[in-house]
Amino acid sequence: MLRSTRPGRTVAALAASAAALLAFSACASGSAAGDDGGDVTIDYAIWDQNQQPAMEEIAAAFTEEHPNVTIDIQLTPYKEYFTKLQTAVSGGAGPDVFWMNGPNFQLYASNGVLAPLDDEGIAASDYPQGLIDLYTYDGSLYGAPKDFDTVALWYNTELFDAAGVEYPSADWTWDDLKAAAAKLTDPAAGVYGIAATQYGQENYYDSIAQAGGEVVSADGTETGYGSPEALEGITLWTDLIEAGSSPTAQQMTDTSAEDFFLSGKAAMFQNGSWAAVAYAENPDIAEKVNVAPLAAGPEGNQSVIHGIGNVANAKSDELEIAKEFAAFASGEQAAKIQAETGTVIPAFNGTQQAWVDALPQYDLQVYIDALETAVPYPVSKNTAAWNAIESEILSQVWAGTLTPEDGLAQLADEMQAALDAESE
Amino acid sequence: MTDLIAQRTAAPIAELDGGRPGDAAPRPRRRGDGPGRTGRGPRQSGWWALLFIGPTAVGLLAFYLWPTVRTLILSFTESGPFGGTTFVGFDNYVALLQDPELLGALRNTAVYTLITLVGIPIAVAIAALLNTTGLRGRGVYRTLYFIPVVTMPAAIALVWRMIYNGDYGVLNEVLGVVGIEGRSWLTDPGTALVAIAVVGIWAGLGTSIVIFLAGLQGIPDTLMEAADLDGAGPIRKFFSITIPMLSPSIFFVSVIGVIGALQVFDLVYMMLGRNNPAMPNTRTIVYLFYEAGFLDNQRGYAAAIAFLLLLIILVLTVVQFRLQKKWVHYE
Repeated sequence: MLRSTRPGRTVAALAASAAALLAFSACASGSAAGDDGGDVTIDYAIWDQNQQPAMEEIAAAFTEEHPNVTIDIQLTPYKEYFTKLQTAVSGGAGPDVFWMNGPNFQLYASNGVLAPLDDEGIAASDYPQGLIDLYTYDGSLYGAPKDFDTVALWYNTELFDAAGVEYPSADWTWDDLKAAAAKLTDPAAGVYGIAATQYGQENYYDSIAQAGGEVVSADGTETGYGSPEALEGITLWTDLIEAGSSPTAQQMTDTSAEDFFLSGKAAMFQNGSWAAVAYAENPDIAEKVNVAPLAAGPEGNQSVIHGIGNVANAKSDELEIAKEFAAFASGEQAAKIQAETGTVIPAFNGTQQAWVDALPQYDLQVYIDALETAVPYPVSKNTAAWNAIESEILSQVWAGTLTPEDGLAQLADEMQAALDAESE
Repeated sequence: MTDLIAQRTAAPIAELDGGRPGDAAPRPRRRGDGPGRTGRGPRQSGWWALLFIGPTAVGLLAFYLWPTVRTLILSFTESGPFGGTTFVGFDNYVALLQDPELLGALRNTAVYTLITLVGIPIAVAIAALLNTTGLRGRGVYRTLYFIPVVTMPAAIALVWRMIYNGDYGVLNEVLGVVGIEGRSWLTDPGTALVAIAVVGIWAGLGTSIVIFLAGLQGIPDTLMEAADLDGAGPIRKFFSITIPMLSPSIFFVSVIGVIGALQVFDLVYMMLGRNNPAMPNTRTIVYLFYEAGFLDNQRGYAAAIAFLLLLIILVLTVVQFRLQKKWVHYE
């Protein structure tokens, strides 16, 4: 560790982890009282400040039903959330209920950190199948889907009008996308048709599914990068860069790809449903953009679906109440509270319309429609291990220093080795 | 930033060097006086010493020594994601030496360190100019050169990222005026490491200059006057008097500089970022450590990297101390 050589950081790191432990344990100790009768405090760890008001409302609604239960919400910024959580859980102290995401889920579920929620009356049919799959491990549901995000194609109407290109429509194919991107590109003005970033969820996870491939097999044991379909999904983006329709990987490292879109230098940009609120509040582009379904590849226009899950700590002192609250915070009443705030799409089927209606100026329905064909976010037991390999090798492919063929062959090998190590 | 350490350590060692002759004097006197008068002298002064040393010693033990020992222990273990460590002997070290990324990281770190050493002659030259008698606005210049030292590293990284930006950067703008076509400095594998080293030099100049200025002001005027009488010109005086007299400061700055450069992390982390295509050519040892410890969650492996770095620093520093006998002049 840095400890030996970099004292300044050590102190900071120590202080940070000590603070984290204190924060988690201090609250855990509050929930010592028994199930029946006595007052109970449940710690609920979340990472998004924007959603805190909605979470507080949900907590209040739960307390109304269970007057002896107090929900104590703990906000940790996402950057430190999982580091802290892991430290706290390792030390035997952790929040009773907490937010979970796809890449981290199986690591926690497979190590016995999470309690199964099978007995909490959660009906799989109430949620998008992709989310139920995401939070199911070894046949048990460990996470109650709280919200979801899908991906769609944002476009700048001003640039489309100027270039005389028709707006993207639901029947667009990859060829339409490429042709439009080429036409929209204007080197003299520094305008590109699209920003073909090296983003998984927003770009190549979707295109690989659209080509009929997969990043990782459903059971998380086999890499899908060795397939010709995966190659097709990746070359969609590298071809766009090579054709000059997108800024190069170098340019998009220097200046973030989204900044190209926000400053009117890229006409199209695929982004998740979380972008809607941000774009609506950005006076530079709020009036100039709209959103369309993704363009279809050989096998359709699938979008990856991802969402947060509410999970219960298997070591919670108040396990029964913790499980009940995890289910409640993802239930219909909680979903309605979230929808009204407009920040995220609630996962509970039938409550999503409020989110669509919150920003009527955009065709946000496309994000809900994407559910029909959505594919689960690719994860395995130790997603982080191969995510690192993926990001490093693909950065060479995007930069053009490795051909997509060689890059994917290497990625498939190294990722498979990481997956094999997981199952040992 | 790397120079924070230099800054922190600069004072005590500089005092040690300069203050040695003065310090030696009072000590025998006290030793002789004490026992003769009260008989309790030594014990009393022992308590006093403890009182003064105590707070620092506790801090050192708790925050430097203990973590170092723990890191050493950690480097011989492998831990699960949620605790549960198992002793694995030298496995981490064996795996580390076989890691293909280690060689690249060692090379990148070495290149970075060598480049930043260029900062020493630059700092000597600037300090010598600032020390010129009759220079107007000397304080202003000194402040200007010192500003980067007290600036937040994150802010420095952010500003330099903008300067180096391939599309909208000031650097390419300026180069364009003189007809040179710029490039994407921070993402080109050929330039990224040099670009970062330039920022490292720039950010560290202030500290070095302050140390050199102190060294320059310690050179007796009589030497310069004697040289004048002998008819030595300014250049001759600089190389025959200033440089040798300044050599203890130069030695100090180079030791601290090398240690700091070997530990470079923040610039790589903040100016390049994870998906940077130039990463294989810029990944330093501490960045490798960061990836292992914080991204891949292999704490034991990361501890082994940290210890390897400690070993490298130790060896290089010992070599530097050996070599100093050949070129450093103490009065």
